[in-house]
Amino acid sequence: MKTYALRRILQTIPILFIISILLFLLVRAAPGGPLTAARRNPNISKEQLEAIEEKLGLNDPLPVQYGRWLGDMLKGNMGESIKFRRPVSEMIGERIPNTLLLVGVSFLITLVLAIPIGILSARKPYSVFDYSMTTVTFIGQSIPVYWLGLGLIVIFYVALKNPFTGEPLFPVGGLNTRGKEGELLDTLWHLTLPVAALSLGWIAWYSRFLRSSMLDVLHEDYVRTARAKGLKDNMVYYKHALRNAILPLVTLIALDLPSLFAGALFVETIFSWPGMGRLFWDAAKGRDYPVLLGVVMITAVLIIVCNILADLAYGWLDPQVKYD
Amino acid sequence: MIEAPARREQSMALIVLRRFFKHRLAGIAIGVILILAIASILAGLNQYDPTAQNPTDSFAKPNSAHWFGTDELGRDVLSRILYGGRVSLAVGLLSTFLSIALGVVVGALSGYFGGWMDSVLMRVTDAFLTFPTIFVLIILGAFLREQQLFILQNSVFVVIVIIAALSWMWPARLVRGLFLVLREKEFVTASRALGGGSFRIIVQHILPNCVGPILVSGTLQMASAIITESGLSYLGFGVQPPTPTWGSILSTAQNQVFRAPWLGFFPGFMIFVTVMAINYIGDGLRDAFDPYVIHAE
Repeated sequence: MKTYALRRILQTIPILFIISILLFLLVRAAPGGPLTAARRNPNISKEQLEAIEEKLGLNDPLPVQYGRWLGDMLKGNMGESIKFRRPVSEMIGERIPNTLLLVGVSFLITLVLAIPIGILSARKPYSVFDYSMTTVTFIGQSIPVYWLGLGLIVIFYVALKNPFTGEPLFPVGGLNTRGKEGELLDTLWHLTLPVAALSLGWIAWYSRFLRSSMLDVLHEDYVRTARAKGLKDNMVYYKHALRNAILPLVTLIALDLPSLFAGALFVETIFSWPGMGRLFWDAAKGRDYPVLLGVVMITAVLIIVCNILADLAYGWLDPQVKYD
Repeated sequence: MIEAPARREQSMALIVLRRFFKHRLAGIAIGVILILAIASILAGLNQYDPTAQNPTDSFAKPNSAHWFGTDELGRDVLSRILYGGRVSLAVGLLSTFLSIALGVVVGALSGYFGGWMDSVLMRVTDAFLTFPTIFVLIILGAFLREQQLFILQNSVFVVIVIIAALSWMWPARLVRGLFLVLREKEFVTASRALGGGSFRIIVQHILPNCVGPILVSGTLQMASAIITESGLSYLGFGVQPPTPTWGSILSTAQNQVFRAPWLGFFPGFMIFVTVMAINYIGDGLRDAFDPYVIHAE
C-alpha cells in the first residue's frame, strides 16, 4: 500500500511537468501582454516601457523565463501579480480556503442527498418516486449553473424580501455582511445560494449514476444469496449492495473533479464569492499572467491530489484491488 | 430438409430507428431540436434586426410586438435569441464532430496497436484530463483572439476549435476500451487470416461495431459543448459581440438584474431546453443500441 501510494505520487510528476510547460508557453506567448495599458498611456515614454520590460524579464528567451518561473514555483514563489504588486502565492493562499469551503460544503450536501435518492430509486425502479426523480435529475443535469445562479439571485435577492427588515431574503456577494466578519452563522447564510447553485447538478448526476449502478449490482448472485439466507432488506441494500455499487461512483467523482472546479468558477463569479475562481476571472480580464498561471497550476495540483486520494479510497473500499 | 422460417430482413439502421422512437420523450426531443434549428435558420424572416438599437423602447416587457421584450439598448430579445441559436447549435454540432473525430483516431490507434503507442497516447490523454478545462479555455480564448490572422479573430471558429481540443479525451477513452475488447473477436482474426491489413480491419470491421456507443457519447459531448460555449460567452471570453449568443445575452441580462429581472429568463431557458432535449436523445439512442433492452414488439 505504501509503495503503491508512493509510485502513484511519482507518476504524477511527468503529468505536472507537461501541464506546466504547456501553460507557461500558452500564457507567455499571448499577445497584448501585461503592458497593454502602459503602452496606450501617452505619458509613458518608450524608454520607460523598455525599462519596465527589462525589469520584469519579459525580453529574455522563453526557456530562460520558464526555467526561472519553474525554479521559483518549486520554492513556493509564484511571482508577483502585475496588477496588484503582491506575491501570487499570498493572493491564492487567501482565496483557497473560501473555494474549498464552497466546494466542500456543496460536495457534502451532494453526497447526503444523492446517495439516498439513488438507492431509493433503485429499490423501487419505475415507481412514482423513481419516475419523478428521473425527471428532476434530467432537469438538474440540463440546467446551466450560471442560469440557475442568476435565477436564485432574481428570486431570493431581488424578488423576495425578509418581511421584518425589508432586506433581501438571502445575501449575494462576499463571505460576510460588513461588520460581521468571521461569524460562522453569517458565512453560512452567505453560503446558502452559492451552494444551492453548485450542488443541484451534481446531485442529479450522481443520484442517476448510483441508481443504475445499484440496479446492476442487485442482479448479482451474492445479493440473491444474502436475500435467500433471510437478511433484512435494509441490510441487503445498505451493507451488501451499496458497498459495491458505490465503487464506480468513486472513479466517476475523481474523473469529474476538473468540472467541479469549473462549476465553482461560475458560481464564484456570479455570487462574487472571494475564491480562486473569482480571482482567476478578475486576473483574466486584466491579463495578469502570474496570477493566471498560479491559479491553474494550483487547481491542477488540487485535482491530481484528489485523484490520488480517490485511487487510495478505491483500494480501501474494494479489497480486490491489488497494489503491485 | 427443414427450411428456416421466412423472416423479413431488416437493416440495422431501421431496427435502431424503430427502437429509438419507442422512447417517446426522445422522439419529442428530436422534434424540439428540429424546431429550434429551423427557427434559427429562418431567423432572417423575423422583422427585427438583432443589432438594431431603439433607445426609446428599452426594457420593454414581453408584449405583442416584442414577444420576449427588449434589452437595455431596445434590441428585440426574440430576434437576438434566434440568431444566437445559430451560433450555439453550430458550435455544439461542429465541436462535437471535431472532438469525436480526434477521439476516435486516438482511441482506435491506442486500443488496436497497444504497446508503446498506447502508453504514449494514454499519458497525453491523462494529462489533458487533469487540465482544469474551463480555465485553459478562458486563457486560450483570450490569447487566440488577439492573433493577427483573420481566421483566428473569428471567435466562433476559435471557440469551436478550443472546445474540441479540450474534450476529445472522453471519446478517446471510450473508443480505446471498445477496441481492446473487439480486437480479440473472431471476425478480426478471420479478416487477418484472409490478409486484411490493419487499416482495413480498423475502419471496416471494428469501427462499425462502435457506432452506437460513439453516438451516445456524442450527445453528451454536444450537450456539454453548448453549456461550455454559453458559459464562456457568459463570462466574456467566448464568442464576442456584436454576434449574439445565448451566453452573451444572458451575461448582459445579469447586469440588468434589478432593472429588468425577466431578461435573463429566455436565453437561459433556451440553453436549458436544448441541453435537456439532447440529453433525452442520448437516452433514446442508448436504449436503441442496447441489445439487452428488450422492447415489447
